[in-house]
Amino acid sequence: MLVDERIGRRDGGRLSFAVAFSPALLDPQSETPAAVTGPNEKAAVRRYNVYRNNVTVSLIDALAAIFPATQRITGVEFFRAMARFHVRATPPTSPLLFEYGRDFPGFIERYEYARSMPWLADIARIERAWLDAYHAADMETLRPEALASIPPERLSDVIFVPHPATRIVCSEFPAVSIFVPNRSEGPVDPIVAVAPQDALITRPGLEVVVRHLPPGGAIFLACLISGRTLGQAVSAAFEASTAFDLPANIAGMIEAGVFTAIDSGDPG
Amino acid sequence: MSAMRKLPDSHPTGRLRPPSYAIAGLAGTSFKHAHLPAILAEGTRDGFFEVHAENYMGAGGPPHHALEQIRRDYPLSLHGVAMSIGGPQPLDRNHLERFRALAERYEPAVVSEHLAWSTHETTYFNDLLPLPYTEATLSRVSEHVDEVQQAIRRPILLENPSTYVVFRESAMSETDFIRGIVRRTGCGLLLDLNNVFVSATNHGYSALDYLSDFPIEHVGEIHLAGHAEQVDDEGDRLLIDSHDGPVAGAVWKLFEIVVSRCGPIPTLVEWDSNIPDWPVLKAEAGAAQQILDRHATPVTSGKVHARR
Repeated sequence: MLVDERIGRRDGGRLSFAVAFSPALLDPQSETPAAVTGPNEKAAVRRYNVYRNNVTVSLIDALAAIFPATQRITGVEFFRAMARFHVRATPPTSPLLFEYGRDFPGFIERYEYARSMPWLADIARIERAWLDAYHAADMETLRPEALASIPPERLSDVIFVPHPATRIVCSEFPAVSIFVPNRSEGPVDPIVAVAPQDALITRPGLEVVVRHLPPGGAIFLACLISGRTLGQAVSAAFEASTAFDLPANIAGMIEAGVFTAIDSGDPG
Repeated sequence: MSAMRKLPDSHPTGRLRPPSYAIAGLAGTSFKHAHLPAILAEGTRDGFFEVHAENYMGAGGPPHHALEQIRRDYPLSLHGVAMSIGGPQPLDRNHLERFRALAERYEPAVVSEHLAWSTHETTYFNDLLPLPYTEATLSRVSEHVDEVQQAIRRPILLENPSTYVVFRESAMSETDFIRGIVRRTGCGLLLDLNNVFVSATNHGYSALDYLSDFPIEHVGEIHLAGHAEQVDDEGDRLLIDSHDGPVAGAVWKLFEIVVSRCGPIPTLVEWDSNIPDWPVLKAEAGAAQQILDRHATPVTSGKVHARR
C-alpha cells in the first residue's frame, strides 16, 4: 500500500523510525522503543519518558487553555486527570491546537467521575464554541437599516447570511449562568438559576460575547442560520414556544451580530 | 558567503512594507499577546518579534489583529513548529498551504522550521520528536525542505533540535546530517544554542566541538532560551528544552563565542511558558543586543572568511 510505503512501514525498515517511536508516546504501559538508546549504551527509559511527558502534558495544557471555566468548576486536579484520559484516547488529528477538544464535551458526558455534574459537558460546549468564534473570519455585522429597507410584503421571504463566528449551544441546564462567572476572573457566587438556558456565542468585533437566548430564540436562529426564510423561522419558533417575542428576538440578533448580511431572495 | 548575506532580511522582491527596518544585527523576543499593551505603550521600535506560525492559522479574530499591529512596526520572524519536516510521511498539503499564505500575508524577514517531526499517520503529538540520521532520512528530509521552500518561494532556516535519545540506526553525526540538508536544498540554518547545550549535555559531547563542526556560515538566526534539569536512568544530568526561564550562563557563553566568530547574527530570546512580564523578557533581549553590538564591526564579521 502506498500510504504504508510513505510512512516507512513497507520500505524494508529504512524509514520505519516513526512507526517504532510513536505508539508508546501515549501509552504508559508500553515499553521504551528498542530503536532508541542513551549515548554509549546508556538506558533510554527516562530519556524516552521526556517525550512521553512533553506530549501528554502539553496536550493536557492545551485542553486546559481551551476549557478554563470547565477546569475552574472541576478543580485543576480533577480536570487534568479527566483530560489525561481524553488525550490518550483521542489525541489531536490537526497540527492546529485551537481545533483540538471537539470530542471533549462528549467525553465529559460519558466520564464516570463527572456524573454528579451533568451540566459540565454543556459548559465545555460553550467554551469550544467560544474558541471557534475567537478564530472565526472577520466580517461586518448586519446593520439595523438593512432590515428596515425591506418592503413589508417581502419580509417573510428574507434569508440571512450567518456571521462566521456565530454558534448556538442548547442546554437543559442554566449553562450561561454557570459559564459566565466561571469564565471570569472574579469570585463565583452561588448559581441561583435553575431554568434551562440556550447560549448564543457571537463575535461582532474582537470580543467574543456569550448570551442567553430567550424562549424560542434558539430554534428561531437555528432556522435562519440553516438558510430558512424569516417566515419559516418565525413559525418554527412559535411552535416551540408560545412566549416567543419576535421584535425582541430580531432586535437581539442584530445587536449580537448573529448575521452579516441579508439575502433578500432577489437573484439579481 | 557571509551569514548575513546568505539569507534575505527582506522580502525577496524587496517589497517590505514600511515602516519596518532590517533584522540584521538585532536581538528579538517571542511575541506573546499578553505583552502587546506594554509593547505598544512603550512606543520605541527596536528589535524584532518571532511568532509560532500555527497560532495564526485561524481565519481571523484577535490573533491576526495583534500580529498586524506588531508587523506594522517591527520585523517579523515566522517560526513553524508543526510541519513535521523530519517525519517520513508526506507533508500535510493543507498545512503547507496555510504556512504559505501566512508567509505571503505577513512578509516575514525570516521563515524557519524544525529538524524534527510531530505528526505520525493522523496523530499530531505536539512535540518536536527526534529522527535517526541516515542516508534514507537525509533524502526524505531534504525533499520536505525543498517542498516547503518551493511553496513559499524563498529559503527557510532549519533549526537544530534538542534531543534526549539516540537512534541505534543513526549512521552520521547531526552536524553532517544538517550540512547534507543545506547542500541538497540551499536552506539556511537557525542555530539554537540552548538546543546545542541541552543535546551536548544529554549525549555527553562538547558543545564547542559541535559548534566547530556546525556549518555556521549558513546560520541566519540564533535562538537563546532557558532549560530545566532532570536526571537520566544513570543519575546523570538530563537537560530539558523547556523555554520557561532565563537563558543559562553556559548558553550566554556559547553565544559570545559564536557572535565573536561570526558577527551579529539576528538573535531571538524564546520564552514560551511561565512567561514573565514584558520588561523581564525585553531585558533578556537587551542583554543579547549588547553582545551583538560589541561584535558589530566589519572586521570581526570578516573573520568568518579568514577561518575558512
